[in-house]
Amino acid sequence: MEALIPLPVLLPLLAAGVKLAIGARLRRVQGAISITTLAVNLVVSAVLLVQVDTHGPMVARIGGWEAPIGITLVADRLSALMLVTSSAVTLCVMVYSVVSAYDRQEDVAPMAIFHPAFLVMLAGVANAFLTGDLFNLFVAFEMLLSGSYVLLTFGGTPSRIRAGATYTVMALMSSMLFLIALAVVYAATGTLSMAQLAERFADLTPQVKLLVELLLLLAFAIKAAIFPVSGWLPDSYPTAPAPATAVFAGLLTKVGVYAIFRLEALLFPGGPVGTLLLWAALATLVLGVLGAVAQADIKRMLSFTLVSHVGYMVMGVGLATVAGLAGAVFYAVHHMTVQTSLFLVAGLIERRTGTTSINRLGGMMRGAPLLSLLFFVPAMNLSGIPPMSGFLGKLALVQAGLEVGGVLPVALVTAALVTSLLTLYAVAKVWGKAFWRETRADSEGRQDAGEEQVERSAVTIPGLYGPTAALVVLGLAYTVLAGPLSSLTERAAGELLARQPYITAVLGPR
Amino acid sequence: MTISLVPLLVCGLLVAAGVTLLLERSLVRVLAGVILLGNGVNLLIVTVGGDAGAPPLLGRSDPDRMADPLPQAMVLTAIVITLAVTAFLLAMVHRAWQLRDSDEVSDDTEDRWVRLRARRGQLGERVRARQAEYDLLVAEQRAELHVEPTKGERLAHRRTDRRKLKHRQREARRQMRRAIRAERERQALALDPELEGDD
Repeated sequence: MEALIPLPVLLPLLAAGVKLAIGARLRRVQGAISITTLAVNLVVSAVLLVQVDTHGPMVARIGGWEAPIGITLVADRLSALMLVTSSAVTLCVMVYSVVSAYDRQEDVAPMAIFHPAFLVMLAGVANAFLTGDLFNLFVAFEMLLSGSYVLLTFGGTPSRIRAGATYTVMALMSSMLFLIALAVVYAATGTLSMAQLAERFADLTPQVKLLVELLLLLAFAIKAAIFPVSGWLPDSYPTAPAPATAVFAGLLTKVGVYAIFRLEALLFPGGPVGTLLLWAALATLVLGVLGAVAQADIKRMLSFTLVSHVGYMVMGVGLATVAGLAGAVFYAVHHMTVQTSLFLVAGLIERRTGTTSINRLGGMMRGAPLLSLLFFVPAMNLSGIPPMSGFLGKLALVQAGLEVGGVLPVALVTAALVTSLLTLYAVAKVWGKAFWRETRADSEGRQDAGEEQVERSAVTIPGLYGPTAALVVLGLAYTVLAGPLSSLTERAAGELLARQPYITAVLGPR
Repeated sequence: MTISLVPLLVCGLLVAAGVTLLLERSLVRVLAGVILLGNGVNLLIVTVGGDAGAPPLLGRSDPDRMADPLPQAMVLTAIVITLAVTAFLLAMVHRAWQLRDSDEVSDDTEDRWVRLRARRGQLGERVRARQAEYDLLVAEQRAELHVEPTKGERLAHRRTDRRKLKHRQREARRQMRRAIRAERERQALALDPELEGDD
């Protein structure tokens, strides 16, 4: 069973290599390779999840080197759950991108460049979830970032190059901070294996400990787009191609959040940073959603809600209780799915009408009822209308906050509720203007006035609706499966906070 | 473990120079900043990673005198990654230069929004000024029409004169209205940041 653990990293990398070798030929084979790889990935992750849920954390030692010396890949409940969710989400996005590439016969670049970059990014994401070593986490970040650089600047249009400059420099900054943190960690403890670090950090002086924790936290916070360092996200994500934005929104920030889960629960349990995280969560929630309210473009609005809702997960980590962490994990699973489906729908809207600006859209309810439904369901799910999974996740976090009590957690609970309401306002504004409003005569004419031409096709492609609908249904299925899922997230959070199962699995019993 | 001060000072200098260059708007300077910063951080890892010693090869030297091989392996990885990212940045700088003949990072969408709002305000004022001019013109034309006929004028002559005057006035009003409409359209276009392009 341990042999399964490296597969989610290996398979996409191998597939990317094969696809680069094939080049732009054999389009059907190309599509088949991508989809098969991700389907196998999903199965492997599901098997892993079942295994670790029954037998506890599993460890793969790369090259047969023992734990503190060699690189280890560790699968526990949290990482397996994140893997399963991300595999399911990326499978849908991959089907979407394959269909949309078939649709444009003249365009061969997507298959030859887009897919390998996409697969390398997914390998990086899987590696980040599985790694048991801080330096390997750095390598995983670099893998997923190098894939995302290519996807974000795909085609090299002026707006993408502008967005790419911001994104690349921010990502580099965070990588450099991470490297500096690694140097400090190694100098202070002489190891980078997370299990061994969890034991050795306890011996450090509080000042050094705090310095290391803050350095690592800052590096991860940039990745997760938490408030003071979140400005890059809404500026760079909306310009990328729809499948790329969708998977960025679903996975990349969650990788940062996952790293913060590990950092706070495994490496530095019960430090003074919890309060800081609560403040950051408060600011992220409120300021992010206020940004979303002010936007007139659907993709930009969604990017701001993405920033805002990362605050919910940070809130769960900051509370540092099993209930809070379980709520955060549940919310991460929900948010990966829902945010990705919303960005895919935004891509469909853009494809159909040539724009995502709500000032120019209108009458979609009558013109495209199916598309309207596909937008409406995840939008309501995102804003937390009962009984959808967004509501359940927020409820879990609110309960956890009230259990802890005190001024700051209660203020945070209030902020969480206000954010939910304002998210509803932001998506309702889009709904009212783009879907309910009658089409205006002058809004049609204005489209041609020199705007960057986006391909429009009035022809509906059923193949694009399929994966989007699958994601929307998956978001709804979390409600049906809420019982098993929330007990699983509770077990994952308990295991994470207990620390000992992880350490014993990696280093062996003492 | 003893640490000599010089490599650490060099590290600090490289990182400081790198950060300064990163804050520039020109992408070539940003690229240079990334390279300096990367080198500074790599030097930091080697410096704090342990004392210098014999090459860490089994059978060549006594394990107690060997240097720690792990920081070296890490720096090697970091160097490779920095190289790849530098190559990508270079390609991006080239593309930016191809597109716009400059390598400066342009304003982001939110900045453009603010600028456009200001411009829209100016255009709105221009529209109002034109409107006021138009109202003034109409008043003047009315006054012109109601001038009392002078005594010696013949009635028929006066009628053709009046027709010509009315025609002229109509033309003037039409021109004015067209100008106002053009201003309004310009104002409407300024609403949308995408229409202004990436300059």
